[in-house]
Amino acid sequence: MSTDTAHAADDHGHEHAHHDPKWYSPSRWLFSTNHKDIGTLYLIFALCAGTVGFIFSGIMRVELMHPGLQLFDGKAFGGFFGNEDNYNVITTMHGLIMIFFMVMPALIGGFGNWFVPLMIGAPDMAMPRMNNISFWLMPASFFLLILSMFMPAQATGTGTGFGGGWVMYPPLSSTVGHSGIAMDLVIFSLHIAGISSILGAINFIVTILNMRAPGMTLHKMPLFAWSVLVTAFLLVLALPVLAGALTMLLTDRNFGSKFFVPAGGGDPIMFQHLFWFFGHPEVYIMILPGFGIISHVISTFSKKPVFGYLGMAYAMVAIGFIGFIVWAHHMYTVGMNVNLKAYFVAATMIIAVPTGIKIFSWIATMWGGSIEFKVPMLWAIGFIFLFTVGGVTGVVLANAGVDHALHDTYYVVAHFHYVLSLGAVFTLFCGWYYWFEKMWGVKYNGFLGGLHFWLTFIGSNVIFFPQHFLGLQGMPRRYVDYTPAFEHWHTISTYGYMIVAAGMVIFFISLAEAAIRRRKAEANPWGEGATTLEWTLSSPPPFHQYNDLPRVR
Amino acid sequence: MRFRGLKHWVLTCAGMLGLAALIGAGAAFAVPVPGGIGFQPAATDLAKEVDSFHDEILIIITGITIFVTALLVWVMIRYNKRANPVPKKFSHNTLVEILWTALPVLILVFIAYRSFPLLYEEDVMPNVEDSQIVDIKVYGRQWFWSYIYGPGDDALSYDSNIIPADLIDPSKGQIRQLSVDNPMVAPAGKYVRLTISSSDVIHSWAMPQFRLKVDAVPGRINQLWFKTDKPGVYYGQCSELCGARHAYMPIELRILPDDQYEIWKQKSTTSLKDGRAYLDQVQPLGPAAQVASAK
Repeated sequence: MSTDTAHAADDHGHEHAHHDPKWYSPSRWLFSTNHKDIGTLYLIFALCAGTVGFIFSGIMRVELMHPGLQLFDGKAFGGFFGNEDNYNVITTMHGLIMIFFMVMPALIGGFGNWFVPLMIGAPDMAMPRMNNISFWLMPASFFLLILSMFMPAQATGTGTGFGGGWVMYPPLSSTVGHSGIAMDLVIFSLHIAGISSILGAINFIVTILNMRAPGMTLHKMPLFAWSVLVTAFLLVLALPVLAGALTMLLTDRNFGSKFFVPAGGGDPIMFQHLFWFFGHPEVYIMILPGFGIISHVISTFSKKPVFGYLGMAYAMVAIGFIGFIVWAHHMYTVGMNVNLKAYFVAATMIIAVPTGIKIFSWIATMWGGSIEFKVPMLWAIGFIFLFTVGGVTGVVLANAGVDHALHDTYYVVAHFHYVLSLGAVFTLFCGWYYWFEKMWGVKYNGFLGGLHFWLTFIGSNVIFFPQHFLGLQGMPRRYVDYTPAFEHWHTISTYGYMIVAAGMVIFFISLAEAAIRRRKAEANPWGEGATTLEWTLSSPPPFHQYNDLPRVR
Repeated sequence: MRFRGLKHWVLTCAGMLGLAALIGAGAAFAVPVPGGIGFQPAATDLAKEVDSFHDEILIIITGITIFVTALLVWVMIRYNKRANPVPKKFSHNTLVEILWTALPVLILVFIAYRSFPLLYEEDVMPNVEDSQIVDIKVYGRQWFWSYIYGPGDDALSYDSNIIPADLIDPSKGQIRQLSVDNPMVAPAGKYVRLTISSSDVIHSWAMPQFRLKVDAVPGRINQLWFKTDKPGVYYGQCSELCGARHAYMPIELRILPDDQYEIWKQKSTTSLKDGRAYLDQVQPLGPAAQVASAK
């Protein structure tokens, strides 16, 4: 049945083939208004930025493999890596790049652009030209961020880059800590990335609310579209707050305002409140689209409909809402009133409930199914396990009484890498292998995909599980050097990085292999379990799809 | 695949058990240990309460993780393509949906029931006689700590700098990245109340053995209290990114019996050097290896 429709769509695409721009035409990419082309641009951009971010984490792991200074002693490799503050620059850039230039562009810009219109039966995004500017702001923003690494840290010209952490707390990020132009470039970069995300989010909201195929009510909409809708609302509500905080910081730095300057009646803690009012929803912005992808993959390879569809959709809405009222659990040690802390403890723990609903619903989707362990399914099952581990350590950290001991230690580093580096990134590769044939029109090598999964799964656990131990022992975050007792787990952690790096090599080999062998893709390689609309189209889909809108019953 | 998952969990559980075994050992010389997987030994009553609460949550979250993993393993065995060629089509079951919403709520209520009293106990210092309280002011600075003792604004005040790696003398019990030239000193058996601030960027005064940490924020005065009955040496490290030498402003805290503390303070007020000499006399640290292995 599905092959018939695919065939029809294929014919249709062929009819108009002579209108389609050639792939090598620069105007196709620079002036693109096609959601699939823009999605491809986002994915390529995220791949490049992610590689940079991954190399930065490698630099950190090499530095931390042994006590003492390996790279950042001002002498190694002719002083290429600079001094201790340049280590802070690397950690800062690793965080900013992975969040703003890897996970968000890949999951929202990449898969969101590609598959939200396909899944809801829309010919394109509602505002295709705004979609173009959303993407092309990103390389500009990334350029400014990378540029900042080579600009003076201080007004006196000493140091390079901004090393104040991705959270950019003043006074370290104000003229007291970093008076040079590097921090101003970081602010500009994030302003532009923020504009890009807000425009993209508006586009998704308008598209999803107005352009669903006839008969597709919100309660029949695929969960990935649901997840992007919730994410888009979070972006529209959270990012302006970051923009505001950054603008206040900018005027503090350059125009003599005193928002965060205690001597002028300001308060640095206010920045933290504003930042985390954005920052906590931001972590859900990174993981929610992944939740959507996992739901589809689990359902497809279990050959069963998603268990508790409405519960899954509204669990995401609940997570999004609660995400806005828990921000100060990042700030238990700043000296807040104890009653406030108690409130944030209670609110934070509530998030475990909708998250638990999602985990159990995924397992219930598999229950009674006929599971095929294809590559995307490996990533999905791996994700459920790792996200559970990351989730339960979140429950530990939610308790301020324990967090006083663990705040700003490697326990926190382990926790958020389990939910992001092993959570969001696993969903990202899950979606990549799930939609690979659909997007590129060729098959990947299943053995290489599986090898990539196993190396990443084992390696990332070896990196991050020992970091719980380091945190409990008291190893603080963002340290370039440490007392020799911490060496044991740090060395093992670095071995884990090497395993993941081998996995990344396999990933790039699998890309090259697929590009060289060019095995022709099927419209629906996954069979009866793949029920969403994108599988009714050819692989790759025609340049313009759904000229006759599909009807959903 | 199943077996690798299991193996991972066997290892993890072994780790968790070892962790439980580590907790609870009292210590006068507390430092991180190589390969350590749990908290450093608790040095205050409050820290012991944190540990027992943490142990409870650890058991709960380990149980949850094992439960989820077991379910995953079970569906992978029982409902794979070979074992179950024809998928069922159900997608609802009201009872289990209510259960997996209600049960987590109950678990969270239990955790909260234990969590709130602990939080208030940590944050609110007991109401005690003024004679039982010792006030010390702590300033975080780029990149060292300053300690100020009363009575008055600054009867005794000094800076505490890290001992650089090349000057570390292990035979005097000095430990790289943790030992300082002028340690902070406080009496055992009294309520020590720290008022903490900063004169430049945000720092954080942390003491792992006490399970405590409070940020030093310019323009704000934060408070932290502790009471320990165990004289000894305790180490902490700055725990809020504060610039290039963030990793190089450790905290060395010496707890002395009350009478020795008074003598140390008197001597230090006249001469910091005399105070330091007295400290080394009444509380000599063996070779660093001994300090590190002392339990």
